[in-house]
Amino acid sequence: MARAIVNVPARAKRGEIIEIKTLAAHPVETGFRRTQLGELIPRDIIRRFVCTYNGAEVFRVDLHPAVAANPLIAFTTVATESGTIAFQWAGDNGYAVTETASIRVE
Amino acid sequence: MTTRAARLFLAVSAARLFVEPAAAGEIPLPERRSSYEFMSRETRAMQDDDTGNPGTLWVLDGEALWKRKAGAADRACSDCHGDARESMKAVAARYPAFDPARGRPVNLEQRINACRVGRQKAPALAYESKDLLGLTAYVARQSRGLPIAIAIDGRTRPFLEAGRERFFRRQGQLNLACAQCHDDLWSGKLAGSPITQAHPTGYPLYRLEWQGLGSLERRLRGCLVGIRAEPYAYGAPEFVDLELYLMWRANGMKIETPAVRP
Repeated sequence: MARAIVNVPARAKRGEIIEIKTLAAHPVETGFRRTQLGELIPRDIIRRFVCTYNGAEVFRVDLHPAVAANPLIAFTTVATESGTIAFQWAGDNGYAVTETASIRVE
Repeated sequence: MTTRAARLFLAVSAARLFVEPAAAGEIPLPERRSSYEFMSRETRAMQDDDTGNPGTLWVLDGEALWKRKAGAADRACSDCHGDARESMKAVAARYPAFDPARGRPVNLEQRINACRVGRQKAPALAYESKDLLGLTAYVARQSRGLPIAIAIDGRTRPFLEAGRERFFRRQGQLNLACAQCHDDLWSGKLAGSPITQAHPTGYPLYRLEWQGLGSLERRLRGCLVGIRAEPYAYGAPEFVDLELYLMWRANGMKIETPAVRP
């Protein structure tokens, strides 16, 4: 069950800097660890995170191993207009999650 | 005071000291602190903010499971218990609680599985499985901020005493008792990390070391392996007795589930 939580302020003033926090449920297996029997545990990580604001990309991350499980990604953007902020996570083994939040700018 | 009276007073005081050696080792109430207070500012902030607290992911999974029909009876938890925010309020604060069917205290995980097997006619969930942790976290989340209230009566007292005995018993190759660290040395450090007072206020909790949610029994296994003792099996009566003693010892402290610990 791929789950993600996003925290976007419901309303903001035009031009205000807003903080956005996201949390994705993911094991983030580095691919370097071994089982007790010595077998390599295959890599399973999140590769990319993209945030779009009314369709325009405002934030993107390329992720690599050496990230903790269930990564928290927090960043800021400028509240320009009311609309939808969309989030996309993509990773190994077909991992893909999308989440949206709406914001009202006054 | 006459000499004889003074002598009698001294004798009585000495006798008291002999009778209550265990109580003397326990932490006085004003000095009792949750492990939360030993954590760094960053880790505290992580616990306090629901969207930054990874335990929320399990709580949301648990909420979905609460409403999902399961088993041969095709019933969901919510079909009997309704809205968990009302029906499960303060429940986790009084567990482990006495189960007349088993004739002994059971912890929250065992209680949930008893419902699953008995009412839903579904197979029991495995200890430390995502589903059992999720459900337990969701139920315990409804008690957040409420004081732990373990009531001890004639039925549970023997189990509390068994748990207390286990807490003070030296065991393992290192020959250590729980009390030696958690009652006597909690202001100190072990390999740079604070030794805490062992109050189970936030279970199941997200431990950064585990990179996931885990139960109190998982944590206790860690301590037992650390003193090189053989850990009890999950759900073992010895574990539940110890959990009962620890929760009783934390009576009045606030539930923090899902807590975050380093």
